[in-house]
This record gives sequence, C-alpha cells and structure tokens, in this order.
Amino acid sequence: MTVPNPLQGDAENKSVVATPITRQEQTASTEVMDRRSFLKLLFLGWAAFAAVAAGFGTMLLRYLFPNVLFEPKQSFSAGFIGDYNVGEVSERFKKQHRVWIVRDSEKIFALSTVCTHLGCTPNWLPNENKFKCPCHGSGYYRTGINFEGPAPRPLERFKISLSPDGEIIVDKTVKFQQEKGEWSDPDSFIVT
Amino acid sequence: MEAFKDFVNHVTRPRVLFPLLLVFTVLMFPPNEILFKINKKLRLYKLWTRMGGIIFFSLMIAFFAFGLTDPNFKKIVTKPDNVPIVGLLFLVNFFLWVSMKQAYENDARMDEGKESSEAGDAKEKVLVWPDLVYIEFISLILCTILLMVWSILLKAPLEEPANPTVSPNPSKAPWYFLGLQEMLVYFDPWLAGVVFPTVIILGLMAIPYLDSNKKGRGYYSFKERKMAISIFVTLWLLFWIFLITVGTFLRGPNWNFFGPFEYWDVNKLEVLTNVNLSEYFYMIWFKRQVPQNIILRELPGFFLMVSYFGILPPLLAKTLFRNIFKNLGAFRYSVFVVLLLIAASLPMKMFLRWAFNIKYIIAIPEFFFNI
Ligand code: FES
Repeated sequence: MTVPNPLQGDAENKSVVATPITRQEQTASTEVMDRRSFLKLLFLGWAAFAAVAAGFGTMLLRYLFPNVLFEPKQSFSAGFIGDYNVGEVSERFKKQHRVWIVRDSEKIFALSTVCTHLGCTPNWLPNENKFKCPCHGSGYYRTGINFEGPAPRPLERFKISLSPDGEIIVDKTVKFQQEKGEWSDPDSFIVT
Repeated sequence: MEAFKDFVNHVTRPRVLFPLLLVFTVLMFPPNEILFKINKKLRLYKLWTRMGGIIFFSLMIAFFAFGLTDPNFKKIVTKPDNVPIVGLLFLVNFFLWVSMKQAYENDARMDEGKESSEAGDAKEKVLVWPDLVYIEFISLILCTILLMVWSILLKAPLEEPANPTVSPNPSKAPWYFLGLQEMLVYFDPWLAGVVFPTVIILGLMAIPYLDSNKKGRGYYSFKERKMAISIFVTLWLLFWIFLITVGTFLRGPNWNFFGPFEYWDVNKLEVLTNVNLSEYFYMIWFKRQVPQNIILRELPGFFLMVSYFGILPPLLAKTLFRNIFKNLGAFRYSVFVVLLLIAASLPMKMFLRWAFNIKYIIAIPEFFFNI
C-alpha cells in the first residue's frame, strides 16, 4: 500500500509462476496412488525402519556385555607383611591394580589410587609425605585423609586380609570410606 | 632484571593479579557515572586512541620479547600447546581496543550532534558477488597457508597412549576448558561442572530479555550502554580469558601456581591446608568444638548464603540498582540480580580460598553438598 517493497514483489512473482506446476504434479500423483495404498506404504516404511532400529539397538546392547573381560582380578595377593617396611607407601600395585599399600607402626592398609575429586591418579611425593593430584591439586596425607585442594572426601580403602599361609589379600570389591566411619572396621586393615 | 622478574612473579600470583585486574577492568569499562568520572580524571580512556594503542601493544610486545630471554618463560610460552594462547592474548586485546576506539570516536561524534560513523553503511549497497565472496576467498587461502606453515613449524603435542594409572603432571584440559578446570579447584564438581556452565548458558540466553536499552544498536558506542558493556567485558575477560591464561601459563606441576619466570619445580612446596567456614567460625573465633549436628555446624554458612541471595537483591534494588529495578520490573530484576550475584560469587570464593584458605562455605560431605 504505502511503499513498494521490491522483495515482496519478487516473492509474489515467483509464487505466480510456481503454482501451476505444483498443481499439475498433485493431479498426476493422485492418479497413481489412492489413499489406502499410500497409508499401507507409509506403514510398511515405518515398520521397516522400526525393525532396523530395533536390530541395531539390540546389537548395541549386546556390545555393552562383552564375552571376555580383560581386567585384572578384583582381588589379588600383595605378598607378605615382611615385604613392607614400617612407614612405607608402596607403589608396587599402583599400575596393575590401582592400589597403594601403606604400612605404619601398627597396621597395613590398601588405599585406592583414584582421586575423590574427579578421578585422576594422584602421585605419591615421598619428600613432602603426601599424595598430590596433578589435575586440580588435591592433597592427601599418607593415611588418605584429604587436606588441601578441592577433593571433597578422603581416598577410599579396600578390604585387606591375611590368607591362612600369611599372604596379604586385597579385595577391591569391598571399600571403606572414612566419612562414613568405616575405617575402624577390622576388615579395612591388618594389625602387624 | 632479576628484580623485575621477581616482581612479575609476585604480581602474577592470582591473589594479587586478580584484584588488580578486576579494579583495572572496572575502571577501564566504567559501569556508572561515578566510575566514568574517575576514568576521565585518570585519563584512562586515552588507551582507546591510536597513541594509546601503540603504546599498549609496544609494551606488550616488549614484555614478551624480554620474557623470551628467560629460559623458564620461553619454555612455557613456546610450548606448541601454548602458542595459540599467546596469540589469543594479543588478538583479544587488539579487537577490544579496535572496538573501543571506534566506540569512543562515535561517542565524540554524537556529542557534537553528528551521526555515528556506521550510519552511512546501511545506505550503501555492496554486492555479495564479487565483493564479499572475493574477500572470503582470499581469507580462506590465507588461513590455509597459515595453518600449513603452523603445522610444519610446530609439532603437534602428541603423547603416549592414555593410561588410567598415569595422570600427566600437570594434567591440563584443552585450552577452552581451562576456565572450567580452574573453577573446579574452588568448587565441587557438581557446581563447577554442571551448575555453573548451565547458568552461564542460561544467562547468555537471558541477555536479550534483560537488556532493554534500545540505543547502541548497529554502531559502536560505549556511552550509551556503559553498564551492559562493562558487565559483559568484565565477566568475559576475567572469568574466561584470565582463567584460561592462568591455567595455561601459571599452573605447573601438582597444579601449583608458578610465576611466568619461575622454574617448574615438581617438588615446590606450597602449604594449602584448607579450612571450612564452620571450623573458622567455631574453632578459631569462638574457640569451641565444632558441633556434631549438621544443621548447627553449617549454620554460619547457611546464614551467609541466605543473606547473600535473599537480603542483598532487595537491598541493591533500593540503592545501587534503583534505576534498573524501575526499568526491568520485579521479575526481570530478580533474574538479573541473581545471575549477577552468582557470577560475583565466583571470584569471591576464589579470593576467600587464596586469602584465607577457605574450603567450603557450607560443607556437608555426608550428602555431597558442599558450596
Ligand atoms: S581429580 Fe584430583 S584434584 Fe581434581
């Protein structure tokens, strides 16, 4: 009405040209296919799609449960008490089992090497007498108690026991958390 | 020279650098009239002139050139991982300077009653082909050449296959996540990793609804949207660019802070024993045992949080933000203020950690609820 808009004019022109063609197409297609066969095809198409999706879905689920697990055993033997010196933090099993064996004057316990903040692996710094995480700087005493950085709770300890022939057995399926008061549990350490 | 290096090492400790930068940024981008006047009196706006820019960037280049003579500085700055961040520092400052220079020139023009210098752009017609496409094509070629030269000159920092039992020391996130990684040092993972990123995204989405200022659209201007520019630039510079820079250059082994001229000593001892607010409150100020009851124990923290998010907003509406409250209305004002307070809580908590080793304001590890 007021100002002629070149863009709008363009669009109108196009639609004028385009309408006859689409109309022709529509009439052409209705001749070939009626409503019922269209719905049938539609249903078939969706059914095929659902079948394929379900097939892939089950394959995906199957994939989550592998036949063989190449994981180290959850419980392992950690040698004899005599292998550890008093006051030592042993890193012998860090690589394979993700466990530190710590011996102090009274007991031996197994400490998890997973930082309680976001799961990096801290380093044992013998000179400073602490575990220090390289990711955000959490620090733990040799007992596993967190004292610096963002870690919200102490490192976890694992079940540790002596086999009849005096071997130390660490069982990682059972863990003990300090903030739940579980470190006093006799299963969480061996008195030496 | 050693004295200068020592000085820089001291100044770049975040507890010093962060407050300095905060004050400086707020003065450089004054959000209100009072600060604007201070800016004028100190002639800080001179930075946004050609001369100011030349001086600023010469100083910056001189600093880096000097730094490269120092082995420790050189090692960090020329590490292939970190080279792009050096580029980022220059680029961010450069584009900030260009836009602010144009904004101040426009402000001056409009003070004289003239149109902004971009006003003519809308009337002029330029063809996409060939004008725009040519420019794009040339930039494409230049960028490809740059990337090729870059990849030939600097080795890609590839390491050995990942191993869950070995975390490299320090372990750094990709550069664009270093801001988040830095936040993770001060906040619990659920806050720094989930809540804050969500709030950042929601906050950015809320901007068009909160900023009702119709001026300053389509042309550069500082005067007409002081507050908006100030808030955005401060948050962006300090919480994103600054944190990325800190994460890249100043965090070393064991995630300790190191000055740019400091040797990355794996055995650097920094005592960071953290104390919760409840422990401060009961043990240090009242010389008593921390109570067993969780609610009682965390009472000071709860009190602080409630007053921060409950009492501060109405108080600000009456005083500092009176005009904003009038413009936005109660609902939009609350959204605005809560977003701003959340943003402000970030540096506050960081500062509390740096200055007083405060670990948590509210600490209930029993329920994974730590703030
Ligand atoms: S993962 Fe160890 S400090 Fe964050």
